[in-house]
Amino acid sequence: MTLDYLDYKAATEKYEPTLGLEVHVELNTKSKMFCSCATEFGAEPNTQTCPVCLGLPGALPVVNAKAIESSILIGLALNCSIAPYSRFARKNYFYPDMPKNFQTSQYDEPICVDGYLDVEVETDDGAKVFRVDIERVHMEEDTGKSLHVGGSTGRIHGAEYSLLDYNRAGIPLVEIVTRIVPGTGKYAPQVARAYVTELRDILRSLGVSDVKMEQGSLRCDANLSLAPIGSGELGTRSETKNVNSLRSVERAVSGEIERQANRLQAGERIVQETRHFLEESGQTRPGRSKEEAEDYRYFPEPDLVPITPDANWIEELRKRIPEKPSIRRKRLQTEWDCPDKEMTSLVNAELLDVVEETIELGAEPTRARTWWLGEISRLANEKEVLPTSLITTEFVAEIIALIVAGELTDKLARQVVEGVVNGEGSPKEVIEKRGLKVVSDDTALMLAIESAISAQPDTAERVRGGNIPAAGALIGAVMKATGGQADAAKVRELLLRHLGQGE
Amino acid sequence: MTAISREDVAHLAKLARVEMTPVELDHMATELDHILSAVKRVQEVATQDIQPTSHPLAMTNIFRDDVVKPSLTNSEALSGAPAKIDGRFKVPQILGEE
Ligand SMILES: [Zn+2]
Repeated sequence: MTLDYLDYKAATEKYEPTLGLEVHVELNTKSKMFCSCATEFGAEPNTQTCPVCLGLPGALPVVNAKAIESSILIGLALNCSIAPYSRFARKNYFYPDMPKNFQTSQYDEPICVDGYLDVEVETDDGAKVFRVDIERVHMEEDTGKSLHVGGSTGRIHGAEYSLLDYNRAGIPLVEIVTRIVPGTGKYAPQVARAYVTELRDILRSLGVSDVKMEQGSLRCDANLSLAPIGSGELGTRSETKNVNSLRSVERAVSGEIERQANRLQAGERIVQETRHFLEESGQTRPGRSKEEAEDYRYFPEPDLVPITPDANWIEELRKRIPEKPSIRRKRLQTEWDCPDKEMTSLVNAELLDVVEETIELGAEPTRARTWWLGEISRLANEKEVLPTSLITTEFVAEIIALIVAGELTDKLARQVVEGVVNGEGSPKEVIEKRGLKVVSDDTALMLAIESAISAQPDTAERVRGGNIPAAGALIGAVMKATGGQADAAKVRELLLRHLGQGE
Repeated sequence: MTAISREDVAHLAKLARVEMTPVELDHMATELDHILSAVKRVQEVATQDIQPTSHPLAMTNIFRDDVVKPSLTNSEALSGAPAKIDGRFKVPQILGEE
């Protein structure tokens, strides 16, 4: 590169990016889109297939009602209109991962249209909301998985043959397509990331998908074009595929802005093409050129009848749309009076739901957060499982209530949690079996105090004479006698009063 | 004027992975042109109040419940495959893209 290479800052001072995003989300239905094969991840190859999803002659598809329901929920959560009439179409192409030689998709009659999603991005002038318009939400099916064997690079060009597993073929996919997002300027990468993050959170809150980018159940393609600032033009766009993490969404967009700006700067033109994102370098490399426009010869799927969702059904589904996750986060943070950093930790650890439930069960917010983020997460880390799989919110709330009531110290409570996690039963049972209750019963404590005094009469005498620090030895003896289960402050109070030193 | 050209037919043949000789292309162009002319006549009859349809039956919303049923076994699934390795379908190398 020459000296006048444009870095990101220079690139965005000269060119205006225009962004568009396509997100594919695998629904979490038990069975496939058009057949009753299981959708379980990680099964042995080609054990979840049937004549329908293998495209065998004469096989007839039937639509999964749950997939329609999930698609409508997604559309409603994204402020879309639900089409009163929509159809499936065949998208014809030959590729080995598509055994039918067409993908059953939707073309000009998608199930949801014209929505939007507002996302917040931190700018030089503080937080700013960008509205991302949603053009359409449509239903389709996933393809099989290919494994390329042979060749030097592992890339397709050197491959000698490919091996196909069709377990994934026919799993319901929903594609969410934005309109172009104008006016993002240099914040295009952050807007892209914020959009995919918000979308992922919404999909998770709807419970319609596992939304695991690393497993491919949420995939993002980013379209990007540049035009000189103020030109009012739209440049030629590239489409970057294979973007498999939130961070990569941001990197892919900024990398592509820089690449295109430098091409334009050098007087070259942008080729309309599909590019592949390279996770390691953050760069993209060219894939298939789209110069020759694709010709999928879409036509209405003759084996499936139109979908005409009943208005009452849509209204029923609308009632199930939960609060928007970003709004909920803000609300909970205020209600719990929770610092930003801790809130971020809770969100990242996906502990918001359980903490909220624990608080709803009566636990004090700070304690609920601390127990889930602290001890329970620590144990979960050790066992390499999710914190939520270790203990129920009811038990956590119960343990916190016992701490507040002074029946457990934090130290004892940790032992109770450990017992519950190890399957020793409910908190009550663990306390019983391990004998963990705080000794707060005054009579029991007084007995221990009296025996400590009779064992150390000289010390007791000094305390009586006003040497308060000497009481430490007696308190220590009482704590030892009660196995550390007494409340030290309480012991001190009772002891001093007994020796005539109480206030 | 014809509704479909010889080049259109050649393009479609390529998309459909059908190899056609020049004689076949000429023949098919003529045949398809006849068919399209017939369709065009039907379209002249169709008016605003006739809804286009992709199905002979006036049915909508045929759904099934989201219930898993047994799939084919791996060997059943692969029984028609010309080539297979490790429980997978083996296909010739794919050129062009990943
Ligand atoms: Zn199947």
